[in-house]
Amino acid sequence: MTERDDIIHESHETSVVTAFEGSATVGLLGQSAIRRFTGRYTPAVLAFLTVILVWEGLTRLFAVQSFILPKPSEIMASFIETSSTIWGVGLNTLIEAASGFLLGTTLAVATSLAAARWVGLREGMLPMAVALNATPIAALAPIFNNWFGLTNPFSKIGVVAVVVYFPVMINTTRGLLEVDPAELELMRSVAAPPTEVMRRVQIPSALPYFFASMKVATALSLIAAIIAEYFGGPQDVLGQYIVNRAQLFQFPDAWAAILVASLIGMAFYALILLAERVFMPWHVSMRRRE
Amino acid sequence: MATRGMSRATRSGLSIIAVIVVFVALWEGYKLVWTALELTWPVRPDNRTVPHTWDIVGALFQPAQRNGPPLLWVELKAAFLTLREALVGFLIGGIVGFGLGVLFVRSATAERAFMPYVVASQTVPIIAIAPMVVVWGGRLAVPQWLTVSIIAAYLTFFPVVINTVRGLRSPEATSMELMRSYASTPGETLWKVQVPAALPYIFTALKVSAAASVIGAIVGELPAGFRGGLGRDLLQFSQQFTAAPQKLFAAVIIAGLAGIAFVGSVTLAEHRFVASARRQT
Amino acid sequence: MTAVVEARGVGKVFGRDADAVEALKDIDLLLSPGDFASLIGPSGCGKSTLLRLIGDLAVPSAGELTVNGKTPGQARLDRDYGMVFQSATLLDWRTVKKNVELPLEIMGFESASRAAKANEMLSLVQLERFASHFPWQLSGGMQQRVAIARALAFNPSILLMDEPFGALDEMTRELMQQEVLRIWEETATTVIFVTHSIPEAVFLSTRVLVMSPRPGRIGEEVTIDLPIRRDEDTREAPRYFELITEVREALRRGDRSEA
Repeated sequence: MTERDDIIHESHETSVVTAFEGSATVGLLGQSAIRRFTGRYTPAVLAFLTVILVWEGLTRLFAVQSFILPKPSEIMASFIETSSTIWGVGLNTLIEAASGFLLGTTLAVATSLAAARWVGLREGMLPMAVALNATPIAALAPIFNNWFGLTNPFSKIGVVAVVVYFPVMINTTRGLLEVDPAELELMRSVAAPPTEVMRRVQIPSALPYFFASMKVATALSLIAAIIAEYFGGPQDVLGQYIVNRAQLFQFPDAWAAILVASLIGMAFYALILLAERVFMPWHVSMRRRE
Repeated sequence: MATRGMSRATRSGLSIIAVIVVFVALWEGYKLVWTALELTWPVRPDNRTVPHTWDIVGALFQPAQRNGPPLLWVELKAAFLTLREALVGFLIGGIVGFGLGVLFVRSATAERAFMPYVVASQTVPIIAIAPMVVVWGGRLAVPQWLTVSIIAAYLTFFPVVINTVRGLRSPEATSMELMRSYASTPGETLWKVQVPAALPYIFTALKVSAAASVIGAIVGELPAGFRGGLGRDLLQFSQQFTAAPQKLFAAVIIAGLAGIAFVGSVTLAEHRFVASARRQT
Repeated sequence: MTAVVEARGVGKVFGRDADAVEALKDIDLLLSPGDFASLIGPSGCGKSTLLRLIGDLAVPSAGELTVNGKTPGQARLDRDYGMVFQSATLLDWRTVKKNVELPLEIMGFESASRAAKANEMLSLVQLERFASHFPWQLSGGMQQRVAIARALAFNPSILLMDEPFGALDEMTRELMQQEVLRIWEETATTVIFVTHSIPEAVFLSTRVLVMSPRPGRIGEEVTIDLPIRRDEDTREAPRYFELITEVREALRRGDRSEA
């Protein structure tokens, strides 16, 4: 039986993959695909439109003030008006998140390869990694702020790197280790040295796990960056912007910024999906779903 | 090293101790070597920036404020407060999430209509906007602990729904046919076959949500003047860093332990309800 | 004496229009109480489908099918039959004993009588010692025995078995066949057994129904006139080998007529 424990958010990302794949395949296939696509998503789209309309309608009807519940139209208006500002701060945050993501992922992959190779290292590190993964890692933010300085972007990048490191390391190590025993025996029968086994069997086998954890990491990196920003620092970042707007009770502005954060997150995720298609075209999950 | 003979628990315990020892060694080693070589990058090795590990531990047993109770006690109380908020939301989110999961498995229409939202909701970085939600709640005169609980509920709810659906659908087709051959009602099939099969999936989601709830609770405490919670203390000690750096480190350690304790409890519950029957030798 | 299973012109079609697959066609069948009937045929001949129609796990597209004089659906609701699949399908979070109790729980038996019945069934399949074990601790053959115990727990008059020993090795298979015959005798059920092993069909049954490939039909029937008590010696009796040859030739004839 597969160990579900450490494959974080596995089911979640499969569903999201389905949602994105659906939209991706529409462009590639013909009429029947479009019909299937709309058939599958129509209830959702209808539900969404209904919710938006009801939301707008009720808030107008009862003249709900924007600090209680902003109207969708107000949020959209703010989104358009403050467009350059929020995308600007969004970009700054994205840079922190992406840098931390790269740093954390690189360290995680390096550690995973080592842990897969040497049992002693693994037995020491893996339980600790699982435990540390359960800690509120973002609590490191104030320490990093003091170490590297509030204005130094590395204080935020560092937090992101640590947050991303653990899930990627745990999942990638798992992927490197859960190899089909038959394949290992095959390699053994041709007297393949450990590096060859790593290259030809373990790494390809680990790729699905790796990408699964990468997808989780994209969301985590953005969230970690924003949280790290809350503990103080320059103002031209998403986290500070959101909190400042909120403290001034300018909620439509704050929600518009959150919308930007979500969009950036989705774009980042889509980028990884693309990378996945490039590196793993053979995989089961990449095949066209009926 | 001959570790074969030991039980898994002993081995884990030893490896934890080993890692702590290694960590302390690296920490102190860094200070020693960097000081000797007079390096200051990436972090200065002086006692202000990188206190000795024993100073950090020592700080826990000293008063946080003049004539006050020891820091350890203050932080444990703060952790308790923070965790309590998270726990309420976590439980509610879990139960409601489970219920919705069952609904989705029973009604394909409900699933098709609402599941994309469940999935899309994961893209809204709720943990990240926790402070904003708290401010919003404050403006609406909602007590802070309630807002934080709602945040925890949100964080738990969606992963639990997705994993419940997956788990309820995981039994083999033959198991379901077997139940049909007994003319069992849908309710019986649900509780006797589907739910037990779903438990491992649900607990996986719960463990992740538990960790997220703790972070959400801490972050939610940041903007408002919420005295006595972990988030607030982290911020405060951060400001007092130049005067007393050990307090921040100590608080961070307690926060980390709080997270581990919460997730650990869920793991224990998992062992109680799930792993016993399924543990493969 | 009501027939246990009566089929007239039963057919089953899967899919629609261009994708339609005719799995079964014109099945006529009459099974009497106490029969041990084997359905044998090449892959895809619909023998499992026929079994599932009898068990109301699928609905016929044509013809009439009655089980114990009722519709298969009613027979299912009345819990007239127990089913054993090719994979044991035990619930791995329940002990062996609790697995056997599963149908009894659903049928509303109370705790004490459930436990007693489960023990009785486990004795029948000679696994009393493993009552508190978990499925993953048992071998494939043992798991199937538990599945059989479970199928019989509520005293059904009919036992439907779909290639239950397909996943077992030859030696275990022969032992299990002996077990099934003993159980059949002790419980006086009617057994409908799907297999694609000719020796197995001949060894176990009173009647072997030979099916032809898609669309499945019952081509011929071979009556097994071996003595009711069968054992290792039976496997070496000349009549045993003759019957195997008869069934084999019937299968070939069925194959050829479709070629």
